[in-house]
Order: sequence, then structure tokens, then C-alpha cells
Amino acid sequence: MLCHRVIPCLDVANGRVVKGTNFIDLVDEGDPPELAERYAREGADELVFLDITAAPEGRGTLLDIVERTARRAFIPLTVGGGVRHVNEMRDVLRAGADKVSLNTAAVSDPELVTRCARRFGRQAVVVAIDAKRVTEPDDAGAEPRAPVKWEVYVRGGRAATGLDAVDWAARAAALGAGELLVTSIDRDGTRSGFDTDLLRAISERVSVPLVASGGASGPADFVAAVRDGHADAILAASIFHRRMHSIAAVKAAMAAAGIPVRLTEEVHA
Amino acid sequence: MTVAGETGAVASAAGDGRPLIAVVDYGAGNLVSIDQALRAVGADVVLAHRPERLAGADALIVPGVGAAAPAMNRLRRRRLLDPILAWLADDRPFLGICLGLQLLFDASDEDGARTLGVIPGRTMELRDAPRLPHIGWNQVDLRRDHALFAGIPSGSNFYFVHSYAGVPEGPGADAMTLAETTHGRPFVSVVARGNLAGVQFHPERSGVDGLRLLGNFVRSLATGATGSPADSAGAVPRDLAAAGARGA
Repeated sequence: MLCHRVIPCLDVANGRVVKGTNFIDLVDEGDPPELAERYAREGADELVFLDITAAPEGRGTLLDIVERTARRAFIPLTVGGGVRHVNEMRDVLRAGADKVSLNTAAVSDPELVTRCARRFGRQAVVVAIDAKRVTEPDDAGAEPRAPVKWEVYVRGGRAATGLDAVDWAARAAALGAGELLVTSIDRDGTRSGFDTDLLRAISERVSVPLVASGGASGPADFVAAVRDGHADAILAASIFHRRMHSIAAVKAAMAAAGIPVRLTEEVHA
Repeated sequence: MTVAGETGAVASAAGDGRPLIAVVDYGAGNLVSIDQALRAVGADVVLAHRPERLAGADALIVPGVGAAAPAMNRLRRRRLLDPILAWLADDRPFLGICLGLQLLFDASDEDGARTLGVIPGRTMELRDAPRLPHIGWNQVDLRRDHALFAGIPSGSNFYFVHSYAGVPEGPGADAMTLAETTHGRPFVSVVARGNLAGVQFHPERSGVDGLRLLGNFVRSLATGATGSPADSAGAVPRDLAAAGARGA
């Protein structure tokens, strides 16, 4: 049976791993290759490397750091940030990425998703969606309830697009995305749990794997992302960077909840 | 491209006893991982983007992800198809990874491409899969023992990323099916026949067990040549064990 994946995320700015809250206020968390090796050793199922300053600054991905990272960890690596053309995706794959994540460029040029999938196979194309809750006017002042919509933001969460996140997710999958990486901007860095309403809404509309991101505070959130959000994989950054929770502890909680995971020696130790 | 620049000049393993493995480079995908993993388990690597670069190799690896038709076109354009077929006809050591396994079959349903035809059968979409592509770690259930899996228990997890898989047909199908994996229904995840092996997963991205498998492949080439003790099969150097999680 396919295991649910636990994926540490390396948000990279100017060659260093950083972490912010709600996509801003960045704090230095370390060297990408060093963290990659540590996470592989600790049982990470995959790594995501996001060059978060590439798109806002309009430049390509840092290929040398991608390669040094890929050579330090014998687990899969997804790289995002700054890929706008098929040839740029080729360069990132050749630098050692197994999958490439498209975000801003996919919104401005949706056919890019199709071109990349045709060239490298859809399994290599991830579309990353940064989504923010939209409160309907009717809800103003009302008791909190499930939001009816989420809007897609691009350029590192800086620019609203007017796109509905669930519709865009379905369109991205139809265009050729082999996986969706869905981040809740509202929850990102807040450690208030994943937006399972958003995840479930998207999961019900697509048949490709769904990676949950934004809001992890502890093992129970990973269980909720699978049970309530129907996520196939769960991504987290700061709780792992700061050693608040180990990957092994997260997987042990998931296994105890009956969720298939790849257990590692450190779990049994 | 850094890999070609780095490894392109290293064409010979002469003198150091490390087997030389030619990794077929047909212009798409990640070759850094397979290069790094093979070096880590004691092989020298040459990236073969033209037939001349197969000379002197002890084994051939065809890696790759994606669709069959563009891969076949690129292999043809680089004049690599005939040398690969000749290599297989001579039953020289060969490992196909993911698309590199699928290409061994007669044809692919993915885009209708005719493929190498070395294994009877077709590459078909996974049936009854809850989600496609099949991405992540899944168990490889061995049907029998094989040197490639020395030190790797049946049921160990390996990393998959694909939507299609080859379906062996004909009288030899059972004999060459070494392992199966279940996503929806069971599919053939490893084939082996003579010196040919193919894996649907990515050993170069499968942590310590992936390195064990590649190490077993490399050691099988060195048997008799370097005097590697047989009891080292399945062993992974300690510093490498640190680099990946141990599959449970």
C-alpha cells in the first residue's frame, strides 16, 4: 500500500534556508544541503526546495545549490521557484531535481504546464497553489463558519490573481500537473493546523496526489491533513527546522492513527 | 550542464578496480541522483549521450521518466538504439529504471510508441489506482530470492513516480517477474532475466535500501574481478547509511 509522505520544506532565499510567517518576516534556518542530509537521515520521504526569492526577483533557480542538495540526500527532491520555460525545467531536472514545481508561471502561462508534462511526463510536474481564504460579504460579523472560497495568490504570496483556488487546482490537473502542492497562506508559519477544508475541497475535485502545506504545529495536524483533508503527503518547515517535532514522532503518530507510512529505524530506536 | 562537465572526462575505470557503468543520457531528467548513488556504492560512471561512450563499460543503465515516444525518438537521434539492442542481445549486465524498464517491452499504451521489444508485453496504465500518478514509497514484494535484493527483505519500501507499468506476457512472463507492488491492483515492479534487470521504482532515490540494490548490482559486476567478498552483499558503508532512512 502506498505510504503517506512526510516532506520537510526548504524555503531558500539567497542560498540559505529561511522561514517566515504568512510569507514574510524571514528568519535564517540553515544551509540547504546540510538540512537535506539531516532530514534524509531522520526519515524524510521527500524534500521540497522552494527558491522563494526567484519569482519576485524575476530570476532563475539557483542550480548549483539544487545540485549540491540533490547530491547530499538519496531521497526525491522537488524544486520550485523561478521556472518559466520548458528549458528552465530541463535545467532544474538536470541539476538533480526529480520534480519541478510551477506556481507564478503556471498562472500567467497555463499552457506551460502542458508543455512541461508533454516533455518530461506529468509525474515530474507539480503545480504549487498558494491560497488565501475569501470571506464572503454575507459572512461579515457572522459566526465563523466554513469559508466558501479561496483565492490564488502568486509571486510568493504577494499578488492576488482573482482565481478560485479549487477551480484552478482542477484546471492545473487537467492541463497536466501530476501533483498539487497546496499552501494555505492564512496558516503558513502560524502553527495553527492545516486548512483541511481547503485540502478536502481540492482533493474531491482532482485525482492527482495532493500535498498539504501551511500551518503544521504537531503530529496531530498531520493526521488531520490525511483524515479530514484527504491529503496524500504533508509538508512542513519550521517545526522540523527548529526541532519542535521529529519526523519520526510525526510518523509514529500517523502510524498509530492507522495511516500507512514508511517507518524508519529511528522510529524503532 | 554540471554532470556532463564533471563526469564527461572520466571515461575509464582502468586500474582502480571500480566497475564502469554507462548511464544512457537521452536529454531529459535527473542524472545527478543516479550518478551520485552509483559513485557512492563503488562504481565509476560515464554518461553516454552517444554510442562511442559505451566503449569499455561493464554495465549499462537506462534511467528515465516520462513518456515512451519522445524517449525512443531521442535514443534514435543519438544513435543509441542499436547499441542498446546489441548490448541486450549479448545478455550483458543491464539495469532499466522506471521508463528504462518500460522501454524494454514491445509497446506503450501511453502514447502508442513501439519500444525495444526485448520483453514480450505492453506498458499499460495502472488499473484501479486510487490516484494517478503513483507517487511515493510503496512495498516491493519479492516472489523469489535474487542477488539484486541481497540484504533487502521482501516488503521493503522503494520510491515510485509513474502512471504506467510494463505487463510481461507469454511463456516467460512468470519466470522473469521478480517482484510485485500494489497500487489499486498488483503490478510487476521488478523483472530479471539473465543479466537483464528492470525496476519500476527509483533505487537512486530510495534511501539506504535503494543504495543496497545498486550496490548489489555493482558488486555483481565486480565478482571475480576485484575479489569482493561475497558476504559483503547488501552492505552499505556506514557514512551512506547516514544519508538515507532505513526502509522498515
